[in-house]
Amino acid sequence: MAIISTSGLSRTFRTKQGEVHAVRGIDLTVRAGEILGFLGPNGAGKSTTLRMLSTLLPPTGGAATVCGHDLLRDPVAVRRKIGYVAQGGGVDPQETVRSELVVQGRLYGLSRTEAAARAAGLARDLDLTELLDRSTTALSGGQRRRLDLALGLTHRPALLFLDEPTTGLDPGSRAALWALVRRLRDEYGTTVVLTTHYLDEADALADRLVIIDGGVVAAEGSPAALKAEHGADTLQDAFLAITGRGPAPVDTTPVAV
Amino acid sequence: MLVHDTAVLFGRYVRQTLRSPFQIFFGALMPLLYLFFFGPLLTGLPLGRAGDSWQVLVPGLLLQLGLFGASFAGFAVIMEKNWGVLERMRVTPVSRLALLLGRTLRDAALFLFQAVLLVLAALLMGLRAPLAGILIGFGFVALLTFSLASLSYVLALRLPSPQEFGPAINTLAMPSMLLSGLMLPMALAPGWLDVLSHFMPFRYLVDAVRDAYVGHYATATMLYGVLAAAALTALAVTVGTRTFRGAQA
Repeated sequence: MAIISTSGLSRTFRTKQGEVHAVRGIDLTVRAGEILGFLGPNGAGKSTTLRMLSTLLPPTGGAATVCGHDLLRDPVAVRRKIGYVAQGGGVDPQETVRSELVVQGRLYGLSRTEAAARAAGLARDLDLTELLDRSTTALSGGQRRRLDLALGLTHRPALLFLDEPTTGLDPGSRAALWALVRRLRDEYGTTVVLTTHYLDEADALADRLVIIDGGVVAAEGSPAALKAEHGADTLQDAFLAITGRGPAPVDTTPVAV
Repeated sequence: MLVHDTAVLFGRYVRQTLRSPFQIFFGALMPLLYLFFFGPLLTGLPLGRAGDSWQVLVPGLLLQLGLFGASFAGFAVIMEKNWGVLERMRVTPVSRLALLLGRTLRDAALFLFQAVLLVLAALLMGLRAPLAGILIGFGFVALLTFSLASLSYVLALRLPSPQEFGPAINTLAMPSMLLSGLMLPMALAPGWLDVLSHFMPFRYLVDAVRDAYVGHYATATMLYGVLAAAALTALAVTVGTRTFRGAQA
């Protein structure tokens, strides 16, 4: 069953230099329960597509259904069912971990008691219990990323968007986050759509990959299928064959506070 | 839904404000300085209006408090935008109007508290005004603050960088202060300046509060003040909600 279905989804930005066609008519189907990886060079249209599908950016063309709701006609219903974790996160440095989680739950309509219980549960699941009453400024990059993830999961979404979730994390934190994403899918049936510049991450984590280049889908399939199709030993080689260039350089700066 | 969402966000921002006494008390400092060091200079001067100098100056200082305090409220939303907090909230089903109201109602509450401090200090300095007039003044301060804070958020979300926000606000706030007669009534101004000041909506608010402070409630000035405040509020809520709904946020 498709949890995302798009047809000719497009986004054009008007700039002083003229029109920029960031996404040029993407047709996409994402099945419920899969982990889908979006790959592509910088400026390929990955984040723009994610922002459209998560209702942050209105498309300028095409149509999309997300979690059974029309993206344009019923964005509020879409928002109730999706979670979104932005590349730079979304944690307020003036708050504690607990207050962030509780307010997030309240914004999804939970009562104060429910939101507090949900915060405690998420903290337990994401190893944040000891940090609940700590200021968010006191968290390490990995801890902050786990909090970002917890905020995106507060309402138990059927579909979770992760925009470059492991950028700036050390290898240990990356591996822990991969394990979390797999657990979400395996234990809760959550569909995960993520963008990444790390090809090893995409290879290890995603059931299926969509490679975007120049605002269009250049290739899609499982990591194994893409490698086989292009006679490549590694996903890096397959990516090179598809896009004609290597993946974008990885930004190794820590996640912004 | 709107009431619930607004209450949740209002509570969040109030808690943040209460953790920062510096913001609460120092925001009122500039009008208090005017009160202490400028107010005594006006005693006994003919100011072209009914009432004594305190009844003319204090309404102006109240609206100055709202004008300068609320105009810079947008800095907070710039920080939230940079931290990604605003985007995180926009992905939730929370009402876009609540995203605006939660903030602006906190701003209005904060400036009302500062306005009370200012009036208490003014009473000690010699202000005498009817209680109803003082309460009407607070009502105008609340509406002005609410409206200007909304418009400040709109500007903050539309400008490409925070470096442009401060100068833009200063450019807008300074002529607003001078042309609305906050310090001295525009009745003292030459004809051309008086005419020009009629294009400044804040003038109608400050004139209305000055009328209220001398107990004149059923006047054309009061009517114009109410109409200007209502128009400003309607404009601010409409534009503000549209901006929080849009891609700029």
